[in-house]
Amino acid sequence: MEPFTRHTGVAAPLLKANIDTDAIIPSREMRRVSRHGLAEGLFANWRYADAGARRPDPTFLLNQPAYAGASILLGGANFGCGSSREHAVWALAEFGMRVVVAPSFGAIFQKNCIANGLLPAVVAEGEVNALARWVESDPARHRLTVDLVETTIHAGTEKTPFAIAEAHRFRLIEGLDPIRYTLERADEIAEFEGERFAAHPWVRLPEGA
Amino acid sequence: MPRTLFDKLWDSHRIASDESGEDLLYVDRVCLHERTGGIALESLEARGLPVRQPGQAFCTMDHVVDTRPGRGDRTSIPGGEAFIARTRRGARAFGIRTFDIGDAEQGISHVVSAEQGIALPGLSLVCPDSHTCTLGALGALALGVGTTEAEHALATSTLWLARPASRAVVVDGVLDSGASAKDLALHLIAEHGADGAEGAAVEFRGSAVRALDVESRMTLCNMAVEFAAATALIAPDAKVFDYVMGRAHAPPELPLDDWRRLRSDDGARFERTIRIDAAAVDARVTWGTSPAQGAGVTGRVPAPRDGDAQRALDYAGLSPGDLLSEVAVDAAFIGSCTNARLSDLRSAAAVLRNRRVAPGVAAICVPASTPVKRAAEAEGLDRIFREAGFEWRESGCSLCFYAGGEGFAPGQRVISTTNRNFEGRQGPGVRSHLASPAVVAASAIRGRISTPGML
Repeated sequence: MEPFTRHTGVAAPLLKANIDTDAIIPSREMRRVSRHGLAEGLFANWRYADAGARRPDPTFLLNQPAYAGASILLGGANFGCGSSREHAVWALAEFGMRVVVAPSFGAIFQKNCIANGLLPAVVAEGEVNALARWVESDPARHRLTVDLVETTIHAGTEKTPFAIAEAHRFRLIEGLDPIRYTLERADEIAEFEGERFAAHPWVRLPEGA
Repeated sequence: MPRTLFDKLWDSHRIASDESGEDLLYVDRVCLHERTGGIALESLEARGLPVRQPGQAFCTMDHVVDTRPGRGDRTSIPGGEAFIARTRRGARAFGIRTFDIGDAEQGISHVVSAEQGIALPGLSLVCPDSHTCTLGALGALALGVGTTEAEHALATSTLWLARPASRAVVVDGVLDSGASAKDLALHLIAEHGADGAEGAAVEFRGSAVRALDVESRMTLCNMAVEFAAATALIAPDAKVFDYVMGRAHAPPELPLDDWRRLRSDDGARFERTIRIDAAAVDARVTWGTSPAQGAGVTGRVPAPRDGDAQRALDYAGLSPGDLLSEVAVDAAFIGSCTNARLSDLRSAAAVLRNRRVAPGVAAICVPASTPVKRAAEAEGLDRIFREAGFEWRESGCSLCFYAGGEGFAPGQRVISTTNRNFEGRQGPGVRSHLASPAVVAASAIRGRISTPGML
């Protein structure tokens, strides 16, 4: 996974609360047994006037030239709530998003972001709105810089701090492979498991049950 | 120090903590489905990693499968057959028990997990599905995860997670006979918002919760994710122990001494406690595009409080002041991991008996599992549904979210026992109204949103 330290890009404000993962990518857009090929389905219900024909809806923000190449999304509270589908994060990342800034996130979505190098930055609603106003006044030039080392968002000369769990920050900065990281503790896991099975034999199911 | 049930479950699975504030939890059971299971299994194969405990892992075919009678692998979901075939192949290669199409125990993951004794009190379970929290009704630590974390759990039998806070929702008093666990959940979410739990683990407590049967408790816990809960829990009691007894993967002798300790200690501190008077809960229905946007069936559409609510009303094609019981429906759907267990089907059938669905209303029932379907047929419920004009289907997630590639038509209004009324959830432009099985059945008969009492 690509380590994340600092990113500058065009930011697109989609400030509706409770933007769910069905909105981020509808189920019918998840067409292949793959983490790839999903960007086209991103926000399909909003982005296309006719999703089947892929005819864009010019009123949708990400279709507007001023937001071309947007890589930072500003969202409302409880962003990414709903279905656990990691496809929502895969689609955002493949589309080119590196950061989502919102007052709060759906818990599973937030962890899926970390697993895929997408930064979920928590910023209070009033401050997200302030960032959005600044961006909207000149989207192409008013780019945001998100610094994960300092945990701040730079909007021109203004700095807005954001929150992220230390464990998540660490994983993003290191670009860790989580399975490899955990398997370094294989012995500890086996020992815990052995004790658990010994104390509660019913927990263990026979293989091929 | 007195501990909450959630903390007890957490502590009993905690292998280690890292310096950055996350705990490494032991995962007793991993459940997969074909929507994301194939991706996780193929990804492990590609890395040359084994499934650490294949005997503790299970797979269901529910998300992509067709639910029309006589189904096979064919499905109208784009590329659907590949999801089924590749998940099946991966599960077989790793030796994972699969509840496949045609299997007598097939069904929706969380329903199968309960029915087969895969989820049990005191176990931890992960599944790449947000409604995994359903299984907290049995006293299991049940966590919905993404595909990558499911893959991690398969490879390592663990999950990294920061411990969420414990919150309590205490429901005292007695639920009205016209109100169900679904109504209670919709009431709670409407009162406290779709992000009301703020990522905490929610324990449902109180006399009205204890009075619920186990299936109703699963409905309540199922909806907790719509409340932004990390997971839901109910302390297991004799009803749960009876429910679990004799299930295929439950131990022949239940460890009741251990299980009876699975309750919050007296004096355990919750970060926050929400109190609900059960008597205030009535038969409910949602009017917007969030489960929090709901009201009593006898109520009216409220004035929008903000731009999001206005947008929801525009999507739903409703106006402030509209009487919900006058809103006409085009379709009625009884299904999903929320509300398609045997007791749900009985509750709907009691309304449908000797009645006919209103002309022009498409009515569909999809039992939550093949065993539920079989049990319903054994007591003649299928006949009641069919005679009333409902389609009677095979089990799967189905029209809850366009699974099987089926949706309703744009602009259609659907009353549904499911869990999400999001924009486009049941098809582009489809207007979804969430309600209990009894309200969905009554609405199908009257052709307008209704309680059984309005028939």
